[in-house]
Amino acid sequence: MEKTAVKRKKAAVADLCVACGCCVKVCPLQAISIWKGVKARVDESRCVGCGRCARECPASVISLKEVQA
Amino acid sequence: MKKRWYDYLWIASLIYLILGFFNILFAWLGLLCFFIPLLLAIFGGGKGYCNRYCGRGQLFALLGGRVGLSRKKDVPGWMKSKIFRYGFLIFFFAMFFQMLWTTYLVFAGARDLGQAVTLLWTFRLPWHWAYHGTLLHPGVAQFAFGFYSVMLTSTVLGLITMVLFKPRSWCVYCPMGTMTQLICRVKAGKE
Repeated sequence: MEKTAVKRKKAAVADLCVACGCCVKVCPLQAISIWKGVKARVDESRCVGCGRCARECPASVISLKEVQA
Repeated sequence: MKKRWYDYLWIASLIYLILGFFNILFAWLGLLCFFIPLLLAIFGGGKGYCNRYCGRGQLFALLGGRVGLSRKKDVPGWMKSKIFRYGFLIFFFAMFFQMLWTTYLVFAGARDLGQAVTLLWTFRLPWHWAYHGTLLHPGVAQFAFGFYSVMLTSTVLGLITMVLFKPRSWCVYCPMGTMTQLICRVKAGKE
């Protein structure tokens, strides 16, 4: 059978992140952390793209991007 | 997720506001919300205060989230822009130093104690019931009235944006958050 590329969604943080940490609290897989108090960083190997962080983010700077898995 | 002790700090924030209604001198405790985040940011704790210990943020999250007082809409673009965030920080600091100046004048005897809380830097609310005289200098009470004004103003602003936008939209333009992030940026840039 021919392999087809699977598209998955991952959270992506924009530069305007305020590093408040609301996303960290709601992530069910601990895939997001605040890097040096500057910005939220997503561990793409853990993120399953559930979108909870994006909904929670007070600044709405997290979006779900499609990536090739 | 397992609740930790610091997930209940919203109770402390609430108690702080209530105590200041009865005795203004409790307002001095608010300095903790000022120094802890700064010290954490300076000494390698990053934004640990915002991320874990901020009772005010937790209070907004609770009221806007579980209680359901928030529309949960996106904040407007300008509110998260750097210009607005840093501009608000500068404005907040200017008002803070003006408050310190008033306190200094009372300490110096050049001005009488104003037993009022100024909301949103404009509206003077009578608050005399919270002052019962003190063994300390009236300047101590003046700082308390001034600091409580800062805390109440930020709470009211935070509640307004909580209702209009997402629960913790205050965090987007919180001057302490902006300042600690700035410190962390500088530190991260140096390494």
